[in-house]
Amino acid sequence: MTASSAPAGEFSLESTTAPGRAARDIVFKVLLYASIGLALGTLAALLFDTYQQGAGRLDWSLYEKYPSERISRAGIRSAIFGSLWVVTFTAALALPLGVGTAIYLEEFASRDRWYNRLIELNIQNLAAVPSIVYGILGLAYIARGPLGWGRTLGTASMTLALVVLPTVIIASREAIRAVPPSIRQGALALGATQWQSVWRNVLPGAVPGIATGSILAMSRALGESAPLILLGGLAFVSFNPDPGFGALDDQYTVLPIQIFQYAVNAKTEFHELAAASIMVLLALLLTMNGAAILIRNKFQRKW
Amino acid sequence: MTTLQPSANGTVRTLRPTGALRRRQRIERVVRAGLFLTSLISVLTTTLIILSLLGPTREFFADVPITEFFGTTQWFPNFEPPQFGVWSIVTGTLVVTSIAVLVAVPAGLGAAFYLSEYAHPRVRRILKPILEILAGIPTVVFGFFALYFVNPKLVKAIWPFGDVSTYTAIGAGIVMGIMILPIVTSLAEDAMAAVPQSLRNGALALGATKREVCTSVVFPAALSGIVAATVLAISRAIGETMIALLAAGSVPRFTLDPGKDMMTMTAFIGSNGLGDIATGTPQYKAIFAVGALLFAMTFVLNMISIRIVRRFREVYE
Repeated sequence: MTASSAPAGEFSLESTTAPGRAARDIVFKVLLYASIGLALGTLAALLFDTYQQGAGRLDWSLYEKYPSERISRAGIRSAIFGSLWVVTFTAALALPLGVGTAIYLEEFASRDRWYNRLIELNIQNLAAVPSIVYGILGLAYIARGPLGWGRTLGTASMTLALVVLPTVIIASREAIRAVPPSIRQGALALGATQWQSVWRNVLPGAVPGIATGSILAMSRALGESAPLILLGGLAFVSFNPDPGFGALDDQYTVLPIQIFQYAVNAKTEFHELAAASIMVLLALLLTMNGAAILIRNKFQRKW
Repeated sequence: MTTLQPSANGTVRTLRPTGALRRRQRIERVVRAGLFLTSLISVLTTTLIILSLLGPTREFFADVPITEFFGTTQWFPNFEPPQFGVWSIVTGTLVVTSIAVLVAVPAGLGAAFYLSEYAHPRVRRILKPILEILAGIPTVVFGFFALYFVNPKLVKAIWPFGDVSTYTAIGAGIVMGIMILPIVTSLAEDAMAAVPQSLRNGALALGATKREVCTSVVFPAALSGIVAATVLAISRAIGETMIALLAAGSVPRFTLDPGKDMMTMTAFIGSNGLGDIATGTPQYKAIFAVGALLFAMTFVLNMISIRIVRRFREVYE
């Protein structure tokens, strides 16, 4: 039986006694286990190998020392602070824009209009544009060109906000769509305007879903490095960003970039440092993912 | 919203809105306009991406003949004289991408079949978050893993065709495949979940085994979703930068031998963007030309994928 080419609805079966039918069932099942095993095994190997390489370097000196070319003085302090500030500003930019776009597309946009369909198609495409291409955009228009912000934390945040924007939009749309129409109809029937029904009835119901999706999008921003390679962040930065909006003008580095920099260093001691930094980054990401899963399980409403 | 009231002759007559009502309508219009403008940001992003690529790319092709770019195979932008034969980094991308897809699509499909058709709900509830964790691992971490674990410990040990260097296309490709595996699994599983249960029941009632249900009922019925997932996986692999930059190598090589180190298009953009190349030189503009080619390739693939998904949706809704 050539299974893969048989169209649905007209398949043929081997007789129960056909030789090897049971064997093929078992082989198939083993292949499926192998597939999921490959994914789980790689994850386990990755975590274990990182631990093995990095555990020796994982101590407070990582947090206390700034990045340096001298191994005895090298840490990731400014990268940790840089990452936190970049993610904060990225969230401040991407969340309002993303949720606003999602509300527009789900609640106000008529699909009969060509421009609404164009916006939708555009977002679907943007979600799959390679992140390094966003780096080129940032290089041409944010770091240089009209905005001319240079290789600053502001440039990095703005670029990453554009990278994660489609993710925020798609997650928020799903959350808004999960609120049943009866909620809107109830509000409208009582005389609310469309915006009143969205603001007071739909959005509160969608907040857990939006929060979950947004946290996951921000964890992507936290781990993203390709566009930032083009946007500076590769110097050994020996100071933390100014607290507050002053940070936007500062030179910066972030964890993934610092990991990259240590990983490509010729000396193996730096690879251990990179592995230890990876453990810090993964711990931050796991915390964020854990928070997202917690919110999803605790606050997600069943309608 | 204006108040409607039937008049004596039965037709509906619109009353003049009161002050409060007018204010509400004004707010409504302002909010709607504001949200519409917000959603235009994403269109602006695409426009700016295209503009930022097009300008320097046009200047690049004023310096470098298009026949050299697409017609030769030596890519040495920093040599004197520089050579811009894009094929050696395109083949690098294609080799790494092919390996990644050969890993991600069969294994991703297998995992999707397992989760969708075989796994107990309790096992599913444990495995799905683990796959989400795998999907959330930063690419720089995968790159580190490829460079310091897969290449030296795995590829070096089992590669049968001669010596391998620190950097290999096969190591980078395999790890890239694992990176995109969760995407394939999640999309394929969605497509499988959309296959009506009655189809499975019908086959089972006729005496099919679970494997036969998978291969001759679920697979063909979910095929469009699976193809869309594959196309998206190719697009992701082509655009992936950090793994290629760290583990595939930095020597542009016009070869199809996956045991060799080679440079991908993304790795070229990344590594050339590292240094401070003077603006306006052909080397600087080459970043944009390669970026434009990369954007064009992924754009076509994304559109194909979106199209297939749309058509597939029409079948089931």
